[in-house]
Parts: sequence; C-alpha cells; structure tokens
Amino acid sequence: METFIFLVAGAICIVGALGVVLSSNPVHSALSLVGTLFGVAVLFVAQEANFLAAVQVIVYAGAIVVLFLFVIMLLGVDQAEELEIEPIVGQRAAALVVGIAIFALPVAALASTSWEATGALANLGRLADGGPDIEALGEVVFTRYLLAFEVTSVLLVIAVVGAVLLARKSPVSNELEIEGLYEPDTEGPAGESDDAEATP
Amino acid sequence: MTLAPIVGLSGVEPAWYLVLASLIFAIGAVGLLVRRNPLVMFMCVELMLNAVTLTFVTFSRMLNDVGGQAVVVFVLVVAAAEVVVGLGIIVAILRKRPAATADDLSLLKG
Repeated sequence: METFIFLVAGAICIVGALGVVLSSNPVHSALSLVGTLFGVAVLFVAQEANFLAAVQVIVYAGAIVVLFLFVIMLLGVDQAEELEIEPIVGQRAAALVVGIAIFALPVAALASTSWEATGALANLGRLADGGPDIEALGEVVFTRYLLAFEVTSVLLVIAVVGAVLLARKSPVSNELEIEGLYEPDTEGPAGESDDAEATP
Repeated sequence: MTLAPIVGLSGVEPAWYLVLASLIFAIGAVGLLVRRNPLVMFMCVELMLNAVTLTFVTFSRMLNDVGGQAVVVFVLVVAAAEVVVGLGIIVAILRKRPAATADDLSLLKG
C-alpha cells in the first residue's frame, strides 16, 4: 500500500515540479506548485509526519501559493512568457548539465552507501514509541529548540515590518529601494533621471 | 552496491524518498537557472525547499528521531518569512515596470 501511495504521490510531485519550470504562464506555474506541495504532504503522511503534512497544506498551499497568485493578479503579469527565445546562448544546455549533476550526486552517494551509521544517535525524542508525532514534536520544539523557536518569532516580526516597509508607497521608501534600481530615463521625464543620478 | 528494490521489509525503502527529493531539488535548480520571471524563479526556490524538507522527514523516520521534523517546522517558518519579504521586493520592482525580468536588475553590475 505504501508503495502505491509513494508512486502516485511521487508522480504528482514530479509532474507538478516540471509544470512549474515549463509553464510559460506564471498562473499555471503557481497551480503546478500546489500539486507538488500536496504530493509532498501526502508523502509526509505516508511517513507518519501527520502534523507536518497538515502544516504543509495550510501554510504552503493555503498561504504561500495564494500569496503568489495574489501578487500575479495584482501586478497583472499573468501573460504568457516567450520561452522559445534563449537569451544567453547555451544557457539551457549548461543548466541541464548542472541539474543532472545535482541529481546524480546524491543518487550516487545513496547507491554507494552501506547505511552503517557512525556515532551515536542524537536521541532527541523517539517517534515509534507510540503516541502521536505531534507530542514528540512539541516536546522537542519547546524544550531543546526553545531558543530557536523564540528566534523564529523575532524573524516573523522582522518579515512583517520589512514587507510593510517595502510595500508602502511613501516618498521615503521609494527613494530607499527603487530609485536606483530603475533608471527612469526610458519613460520618465529628464528631471527625474537627473535626480536619480545625483543621489549618491 | 546498488539501490535496494523499492519495496523493503516495512513499506517503501527510505532511499527512494531521497531519490525523489533529489529529483525535485534538481528540477527546481534547473528552473531557477533557466527561467527569467522573478516570480517563477521564486517558485523554483520553494520547490527546492520542499525537496529538502522531504529529506528531513525521511531521515527523521529512518533514524526514529523527531529532530528532523523539528527542523522542518523551522524551515517552514523561514520559508514563510522569505516569501513575504521576497514578494514585497518583487511587487516593488514590478510595480514600476511590469515586464521586468531578472536580467533587468543589473544595478550592481559595475
């Protein structure tokens, strides 16, 4: 049974991943990404990581992909991209070689290993002792990894503040982040480009 | 020694999960190198992050240790923060020029 689940979910993952890379429309890429995320969630369930599967669906498919789609719709960049043109000659072939190397290296390592662990196990908490995985997970996160857990809350606060600062449309933030990135001389009036160049 | 058959004594051999994860990671890496739309590049980064979380869960099950799953929780939090900030930057860039690709962001090129 687990073999069947693994094969189906793995096929969904791979098809979704290829869809993300090969779709010319960003909306289709985002929807393919949902397929991959669900496939990974199913593989989490198959490996008895039920809590992580639920979090995966809620956070990734429920929040992150919706955020992607929201940005795509907000900016109106959902027109198809021309994929036939290769801006740098030989780039795709080189990228394919790199991808095959990235895939082949772990597989070669897996094929040559004897699976003999060296050193002692970390012994953070056993999963197979019975009881749901969420209990063991909560115990580890709130004891051993308590400092890391608190740091993630700081990280989330920083992310929220940064997102608000980046997204607001005040003159200060525009000068801070965009003015240099975009040379307005293509569209804007000449005075603006002079200002941008004068700014150190 | 070669990879064990896909069915082991107790369900699927964990090595095949790792093979699948490295395949997803490689697809995401190729997409990151090939695509020029910053949004799609970002989705490819998410693919690579998901492949790595899959390996963490697989090792957690192999070693019968919950530490791998705890790491996945933190990876999820970092991914959420990264998406928020990254999409904020992409919105700020694409609002000025909707057709911008990653090649247009060449300010740091001397």
